[in-house]
Amino acid sequence: MFSWARLWLVCLTFLGCNAYAKDYLSALNELGRTATAAEISAWDIDVRPDFLGLPSGSGSVAQGEVLWLDQCANCHGDFGDSNEVFSPIVLGNITEADIRTGRVAALTDPSAVRTTFMKVATLSTIWDYINRAMPWNAPKSLAVDEVYSLVAYLLNLAYIVDDDFVLSDENMEDVQALMPNRNGMTKDHGLWSVKGVPDVVGSACTINCSVDTTITSFLPDYAMNAHGNLRDQMRDYGPLPGVQTAPTPQLSVSQPAQSDSLNQIPADLLAVSGCVACHQMNKALVGPGFTAIRARYAGADASTYLAKKIKQGGQGVWGSVPMPGMTQLDDTVVAALALWLASGQ
Amino acid sequence: MPVGASEQEGQLRPAPESFLSEKLISEISHSGVDNGRRDLLRGAFAAALAGASGLTFADDPNIVEVPEWSRSLGKSVATNPYGQPSPFEANIIRRQSPGLTQTDQASVAFTPLQNLFGCITPSGLHFERHHQGWVDIDPRRHRLMINGLVKEPLVFTVADLLRMPSVSRMYFLECGANTALEWGNSAVPTVQYTHGMLSGSEWTGVPLSLLLERAGYDRNASYLLAEGADGSGMTRTINLAGALEDAIVAYGQNGEMLRPEQGYPLRLVVPGVQGVSWVKWLRRLEVGNKAYATKDEASHYVDLMPSGQLRQYTAIQEAKSVITAPSAGQKLLNQGYYCITGLAWSGRGSVRKVEVSVDGGRNWQEARLEGQGSSKMLTRFNFDWVWRGEAALLQSRVHDDTGYIQPQRAALVAERGTRSIYHNNAIQTWRVSPSGEVDNVQLG
Repeated sequence: MFSWARLWLVCLTFLGCNAYAKDYLSALNELGRTATAAEISAWDIDVRPDFLGLPSGSGSVAQGEVLWLDQCANCHGDFGDSNEVFSPIVLGNITEADIRTGRVAALTDPSAVRTTFMKVATLSTIWDYINRAMPWNAPKSLAVDEVYSLVAYLLNLAYIVDDDFVLSDENMEDVQALMPNRNGMTKDHGLWSVKGVPDVVGSACTINCSVDTTITSFLPDYAMNAHGNLRDQMRDYGPLPGVQTAPTPQLSVSQPAQSDSLNQIPADLLAVSGCVACHQMNKALVGPGFTAIRARYAGADASTYLAKKIKQGGQGVWGSVPMPGMTQLDDTVVAALALWLASGQ
Repeated sequence: MPVGASEQEGQLRPAPESFLSEKLISEISHSGVDNGRRDLLRGAFAAALAGASGLTFADDPNIVEVPEWSRSLGKSVATNPYGQPSPFEANIIRRQSPGLTQTDQASVAFTPLQNLFGCITPSGLHFERHHQGWVDIDPRRHRLMINGLVKEPLVFTVADLLRMPSVSRMYFLECGANTALEWGNSAVPTVQYTHGMLSGSEWTGVPLSLLLERAGYDRNASYLLAEGADGSGMTRTINLAGALEDAIVAYGQNGEMLRPEQGYPLRLVVPGVQGVSWVKWLRRLEVGNKAYATKDEASHYVDLMPSGQLRQYTAIQEAKSVITAPSAGQKLLNQGYYCITGLAWSGRGSVRKVEVSVDGGRNWQEARLEGQGSSKMLTRFNFDWVWRGEAALLQSRVHDDTGYIQPQRAALVAERGTRSIYHNNAIQTWRVSPSGEVDNVQLG
């Protein structure tokens, strides 16, 4: 860590360094300048839980409602209960008992939607955030009294203050005493300081550890493609390609049973199905050439067998290189490919 | 290309037909395989597999035929004045998790950990987490103010800061909500989405301590408020004692100026602490004697406990590790050797040891660590594994230099429940199926 003290210490150990260091430090101190009072007041807008930084002003629930419907309701809903764009700000789940105790009981209920007013313990937070960051697309455009009125409206929606309430810097502290979850926060944990004590530490066991390896959760098949085709989200060469999770594009296969079309090479089908990555027409690449396959099964009624081989893969018929099963291919596509392969003369 | 095609590329294999005689091929073609011919085939395969001499091989056309890039004039220098990755790497990009957020400005784009190497995250792949969109700031018009409990409130220009003594240090950056989706159940399909709010970078800037000493900060103060210049005016309460140790007012990332998505031209670097405290587009630091309870430490970034209490000011990212490859959504196609690789880190210090289990945590073996494991930085680990087609449950577990050991998910959930959103540092399990497919699972 750099520190002035350490720099002095280092310098003092060298003869003649004293003057150099003095020079150095004073030159360094020429960088940056004193902030003016107006500059500080323009930027120092934060409001602390003890209301340090809160500007004086006031606003009523009624004024807040007008502003809310005009500038806020689009995202948050008329009553702050929408979850279309953001999490709800107020949506019930706060009782009179909560306001008395300062602990929102519904926070222990996993089925209860958690809203801003259920969680936030400090009224300053609401005021500060609206003032610095709202509205969403025009932050810092609200006047001080407008911020008061919007906070008043929200307090009213949360049944903390009455309809005719006027919020001001004079009574913020009184309202703070009514915040439903004002006693709901704890700092009793080990995550504030690097020297904090962890609440859960793992086991050091390395051999025959007693663990339950029952699988309790995994993604069902229908969810595997919810993030898009995973095959397209991995490096597509190398040892670990992505799993095909999207359905294979449906190809229109025109009546392949007709003998004319069977002699035509289904080049598109071979390309789209990915066959040509390993198979060429006339010579062996990774797997045997198509001509060789067609020659081998010429005259035999092998289409069912070949369809099965395409779908399931195999090893040993044409060499030791295994062919992986093309399970991602649609059955119609597989059938068309198998028919063509089996139609050699 | 079909799944499964790639692993044989460049491998020299006996040409399938070449180890069968013309006569045998012709006989099989006409009359099928009877017992006699089957024996002949078996013999031929055995000879081929044993590598018998005298075989011909299917030559690799990529060697025997001159590829186009070897017989053409290449592109000019500075064709891309700012270099770009190969077009063949187009899959490796930041991605959003559909449905995670309702707006694209207060959202996340995850880092593709599954395909990255080493410990440095390319700046263009560094995850994004913004609270009200990202902005392009003109550095000439940007200022840093230091006020609050200081003898002299100060204003610095970016030019001032660029002129001051600087440090460059490597630190990991992890969002407090990384792995948040996995508290209740397996919810997302790849490591990009489970752990991709994680990065490692070299950060360059002015030590915070130097600036605060210059301002004459109050030695009795214990908090620092950091504030951003973006629309959200992001504010976070920082532990002043911790920040004086190693925090940096950074302008550089991996040798260049910060990317706009990472706070250009200034961001606070708070090593070991969750990403939200690394305030981007940093415009102000206020020294104080009380915590600030800002929106993102009063409504969000509070950890809900089963008691209904919310843990507030949870900052430190405890030790955590994850196998990045093989990982969920990938497929092992060949049996044989694999290098299980991943990342480990600790917000309290350095990584001392990483262990890997392939049987769901019953037995553990030590992995090799790359490098010496610098404090509060990612450490890459590697583990040799031979896969013979068996089902496997892959896990990694980190020990840090405080003696802390990464917990199993069940132990973490027993204490914190499943609704705390933040600070999920549980051991991750990847299931390998006999088909070679890997997926994201949780154990009992």
